[in-house]
Order: sequence, then C-alpha cells, then structure tokens
Amino acid sequence: MVETGHFALVLAFALSLVQMTVPLFGARLGNQRLMAVGGPVTVAGFVLTALSFAALASAYASSDFSVASVWENSHSLQPLIYKLTGTWGNHEGSMLLWVLILTFFGALVAAFGSNLPATLRANVLAVQGAIGAAFFLFILLTSNPFVRLNPAPIEGRDLNPVLQDLGLAVHPPLLYLGYVGFSICFSFSVAALIEGRIDASWARWVRPWTLLAWMFLTGGIAMGSYWAYYELGWGGFWFWDPVENASFMPWLAGTALLHSAIVMEKRSALKIWTLLLAILTFSLSLLGTFLVRSGVLTSVHAFASDPTRGVFILGILTLFIGGSLALFALRASRLTAGGLFHPISREGALVLNNLFLTTATATVLVGTLYPLALEALTGDKISVGAPFFDLTFGPLMLPLLVLVPFGPLLAWKRGDVFAVAQRLMAAFAIALTAMLVTGLFIDGASVFAALGIGLAVWLVAGALTDLAVKSGVGSVAPAIMFRRFAGLPRSVFGTALAHLGLGLTLLGIVATLSFGTEKILSMRAGDTVELSGHRLRFVGLYPAQGPNYSEDRGRFELIGASGSPVGEISSAKRFFPVRQTMTTESGIKTLGFSQLYISLGDAGKDGSVVVRLWWKPLVTLIWGGGLVMMAGAAMSLMDRRLRVGAPSRRRKQALASAGLP
Amino acid sequence: MTRKQKRLSVIVGGLAFLGAATGLTFYALGQKASYFYMPADLTTASVAPGQRIRLGGLVEKGTVQRGQRATVAFSVTDTHKSVKVTYTGILPDLFREEQGVITEGTFGPDGVFVADSVLAKHDERYMPKEVADGLKEKGVWQESKSE
Repeated sequence: MVETGHFALVLAFALSLVQMTVPLFGARLGNQRLMAVGGPVTVAGFVLTALSFAALASAYASSDFSVASVWENSHSLQPLIYKLTGTWGNHEGSMLLWVLILTFFGALVAAFGSNLPATLRANVLAVQGAIGAAFFLFILLTSNPFVRLNPAPIEGRDLNPVLQDLGLAVHPPLLYLGYVGFSICFSFSVAALIEGRIDASWARWVRPWTLLAWMFLTGGIAMGSYWAYYELGWGGFWFWDPVENASFMPWLAGTALLHSAIVMEKRSALKIWTLLLAILTFSLSLLGTFLVRSGVLTSVHAFASDPTRGVFILGILTLFIGGSLALFALRASRLTAGGLFHPISREGALVLNNLFLTTATATVLVGTLYPLALEALTGDKISVGAPFFDLTFGPLMLPLLVLVPFGPLLAWKRGDVFAVAQRLMAAFAIALTAMLVTGLFIDGASVFAALGIGLAVWLVAGALTDLAVKSGVGSVAPAIMFRRFAGLPRSVFGTALAHLGLGLTLLGIVATLSFGTEKILSMRAGDTVELSGHRLRFVGLYPAQGPNYSEDRGRFELIGASGSPVGEISSAKRFFPVRQTMTTESGIKTLGFSQLYISLGDAGKDGSVVVRLWWKPLVTLIWGGGLVMMAGAAMSLMDRRLRVGAPSRRRKQALASAGLP
Repeated sequence: MTRKQKRLSVIVGGLAFLGAATGLTFYALGQKASYFYMPADLTTASVAPGQRIRLGGLVEKGTVQRGQRATVAFSVTDTHKSVKVTYTGILPDLFREEQGVITEGTFGPDGVFVADSVLAKHDERYMPKEVADGLKEKGVWQESKSE
C-alpha cells in the first residue's frame, strides 16, 4: 500500500507536467483537442494524489513503523483519531495535504468549468498544473513521506504532544483550504495575463473562489487562535508570532481582494488592481508556506528542519511570485481599464478599504520579515512583537473600522455621504451610548476600553442599519418591509453578517484585554480564591493514566452564591514518556460568552500547586465573530448570481439586455 | 477639478498615506523591537535599565529557586557568564535545568533581569534557534547534542 502511494505520487507529478504544458500549447495554437486534455488529466492527478494520501493515512492508522514518517510521528498507543490526524501533523504529510487540496481545487475547475471560455480554462488548468508540479517535485525530492526504514522499529516516537488534540483535525485542513483556494484566483489571473484580456467570466469566476478561500482561511485562523488559546495554557489568543502573521497576511490581502472583486464584478472597474491583488494574495500564501515549512522560524509548526527544503521552497517562491509579477509588468498595459467613478461612492469606499488593508498587510509583512532580514544581513537578532503591531497595525485599522458601516450604504458611481450619515444616526447614537456607559459605569474602564467598545458596537449597529435601510424600515409599511427584507440578495446579508462578525470579534478582543483579570497564586487542597466575583475552591490533585501519557489532574469547584458547588473545572499536567515532554491542559469553564480559564503550574514539595487563573469576559466572541464572518461568506456564496452555471443561458441574456448584472 | 487634477490628488493622497505608514513602521521598528542577547554579550553591549531585551541561554544547573507567591529565580548562562533572572508566573512545561530558554523583560537597577515572559518553545530534540546559534558561536555547543 505504501509503495502504491509512492508510485501514485510519482504518477501525479508526471501528470502535472502534462497538465502544465499540453493545454497551454493547445490554447496558444487554438487546438481544441490539446486544450481538452487539461480536464481529464487534472481530475486523474487529483485521484492519484488522493490515493497517495490515503496510502499514507492508512500507514498511520495501522502504525506501520517501517515508514520513517510514521515512526517519527506516531505511536501504537495513540487513540485512532490522533493516529489519523498525525498524517498531516508532520512536515511530509502536511505537504502532501497541501498538494491534495491543490489538485482538488484544480479538479473542481476542470469539473465545473465547462461554461468557461475554452482557452481561459486551458490556461487556468496549466498554471494550476505548474504549481502542482513544483510542489510534487518538492515532496518527492526533499520531503518524501513514503521513505522506508530497514529494519523496521518496533515502536514509534510519538506525535508531538501539543499536536495530540482535536485542533489538529480541523485547523490545518481549514487553513490549507484557504491558502490553496487562493491558488485558483492566482491561476485565473495568470491565465488572463497570458491571454492578454480579462473578460466577463473572469470576474464571475474569481469572486466566488475568493469568497470560498477567504471563508476557509477565516475559519482556519480562528480555529488556530482558539487552539493556541486553550492548548498552550498561556491564556492568550494572538501572539503576533511570525507563523500567525504568515496566515494573517493572506487573510488581509484576501479581504482586500474580496472587496475589490466586488467593484470589478459590478462595475468592471479596478480590473488591473484586482488581478494584481489576486497574484499578491496567493504569493503571500506561498510566503506563509515558506516561512512555516522551511524551518526559518522556530515554532510549534517548525517540524524537523532541513536546509535543502528551505532553499527549494524559496526557489518555488521566487519562480511563481517573480514570474507572475514579471508577466504582470509585461502584460498589464494591454488590459483595458474599467469604468470611472466619483471618489465619494461605493467604489470609492472599496478603494479606501483596499488602501488600508494592503498597507496593513505591508506593515505585518515588514514586522515579520525585518527580523529575518536583519539577522541575515547583520547577525543581530531582534524580535518584533505586540508593541510593534500595536503601534503600526492598530492606527491603520482604527479609521478603517470607523468607516466600515458607511461603505455598504453608499450608492454606486456617486454617493451622498451626508444622506448616509443621516441613516447611520441611530447606529451612532447606540455606539455613543455604549461608549458612555462603559466609560462611566464600569469600574476601571480606560479611555481605550470605552472607545473600543463603542467602535465594536458601531460596527454591529452599522451592519444592522444596512439591512434595515435596505428593507425600508421606517419608510414603508411593515408588510412590504418584511417582503423586501426576505427578498434582499443573499450577498447583502453576507456583507452585513461579515461586518457584524468583525464587530463581535472586536468586542471580544476589547472586553478581554480591558476587563480581563488574572491571578497567580500557590494553592493547597481546600483553598478558595475569588476572581472577578467568581469563587473557586481547589479540590485537590488527582493522578490519572491516559492511553499514552500520565497526568496530574487539578480539580476545582465553582462555588455558587449559596456556598454550594455549581460547576467543576479541571486542569492537568500531562507527561508523555515517549517524548519525555510535559504539557498543560488548561481548564476552561464557559459562562455565557465569558470564560474562566485555569492553568496548572508546578507542584511544590509541601503539597501546594502554583495556579494561574484568568477571567476572560466575552472572550468567546473573538472566535464567534470569526464564525459569523464565515457564515457571511457562505451567505454571499449562495447568492444566485454567483451560483456557477445556475441561471440558464437565456436568463443570463435576458438579464444582460435589461442592464442588470 | 479636471480628470487630471483628480487623478493627481488621488495619487498624492495615496502616497502621503503610504509615506505616513512607512514612517510609522520604521519608527516602531526602532522603538519597539527587542534585541536578543546572551549573557556574555552584555559585557560589551550597553543595555540601559528599563530597555526591553530578550535574554537567552541555558538554565544554569542548581540555580532554580522557587520563592514566595509563584516567583521563580534562576540564572541564565552561556557557560562563560551568567545572569540572574526573576520571573513571576507559570514556567513553560519545557523549562528545565540545563535546557535552552529565552526570557523577555528588562534589567532592574540592581542588575537582576526581571522577565515578564519565559519561552522554551522547543521540544526535547531542539534548542531555541537563537540560543543554539549563540552557543555555537561561543564554541560550547556541539551539533551532535541536538539529536
């Protein structure tokens, strides 16, 4: 089975070479039959990659330690779920997952792209094939997951204990779906550059792909953040760690792309910019892959590093980013610019959004790469953390967030900012009230906290105002209003939900940072402690045995107003003997949207234990907001006009002649 | 405004915006980046009390003392020199004597390094990269130790 997987991977590489050349020449020569090769080859490549992945997964599931990758990252005593997720909990396997998703998306274009112009489709598949070929070669030459060991060891070396968690089942696949999803936008852009023209189907196709990739990336980042929050036991949700930035940069650029693609689709303006942004977004995804996979950075994500891998990925990076940008420089002038608009308009607002988001991406890029560059050039080692990003990223985001509610309410082409401001009066009043209430009535609220809460409420109220105004609240009869509300395009709901989610995330961040409390103390069994009105009693430390670890579980009781226990929280120190590693399992109790968070420290000789407790008000909104944003993207994807191939050709013509999008 | 003027004002505005962002970024890099030092570097480099730095090395054997209220004192060494560090909080799971560690904080007036975060982000096979590089430079680290 393992050799079958290896063989399938080599075949998939060979097919990707066919995929990157034959359709391209076909498109050049105008040869239908050569172009038609692209589809079946792409689908076959996906099937082979899936076979290869399944082979590796089955080696992991059956603990076949004659495979080097399995031996290094698995153990026969691990629960089956961690054996399976361990397939991508290591460098080799995670790269295989990467190409699996890449070929999957390629196959989707091949399967559903029959309504695309033949040459565009052929070129897209060719570019997709080229990316695939580069990464297949990378896997086969430097990171082969199918290398055998002889003699086969009896027992494996266990998966990194930090990764033995359900988070590993969700976070990497979601993140990769996001990262790699942008490859489709990239391939469409490069294909458009190869052809030297952007036609209507380009925009129709790129926008749903952007939405899809963005939705997964949002989920991947939110999931990664929550995982780090509960697994590392530090109680933090974002560390501005370079590997986090590596996923955040494509997200920021992707958010900009999402917005500029709207302008392009609706008004056929900003064509060249959108195309560039699509290239940049995937370039940042590749950069993220390089940063995380090359071992340049030390982190949980940096598995055993090998310098040849870094050089190889750097080569891929240079080839694709350099190549696509060079092509852009050569061909962009051939593309025709689109429609004109007044600065105060929906288009203008979206341009402003893009200006802020791309600049913010650039500051994150500088903060992430500067330490690496400085070390390479001078040998000085610096670290750039939260203080840097607070000073650069923060000021860029503030005005953008203030302006968000205005955008969707402005008219296309030429808007009236005063009319919009009037409609937002109610939202403004609510935000102002929230700000004043926070500042005046909550003990210890800083100016920052009041402003932050006000801003978050402004975003939420602004998003709701958008829906209210568009369904005619206050100007038409209730019956008509409900009919209008139900009839609003899904994309309007999508926008409102995404902006609402943004507000919720901000609310969670501000509340946790401003009103969160923490205590570090040494406790003995029977001690009680009070934190922000919650009384906790330490019941004691109980040893227990897991499948491949032993643990000391600290049990705590939450004491209610009457003095009797109303809930239990437990936090544990786990010891994994195979890797000789300790991990902390944090204890979390969710109360409403807030959480009590307990992290166990070292036990002293006298039976006391160091305990760190946090009260994190509204903290779940940080990730809940991410889920709402995802729901917004999903809602937009369901919009009829984006349903690929949904309206019949006749209907499309009817719409076109009526002047509708 | 004519179209040309309009376009010009957009470009000028955009550039001013980018310029401001660039300026802010470099100011922040100068102010907010914290440098990494090993104990022996501190004899040559001047670090003012209150300046944020990261101090890395090995946790010296036999120096870890747990004091009152979750405060821990230990020494960080590069085998040439060592520096006393105090930290209040929960040490990372991978914190151990004679293992690599990175601490971040400031020097107090008494010359003791007061750390507000302690990182030991490696597993049993790896050292923090900065510490490994530093020890290699000082000739006290052999590649074979990493396995």
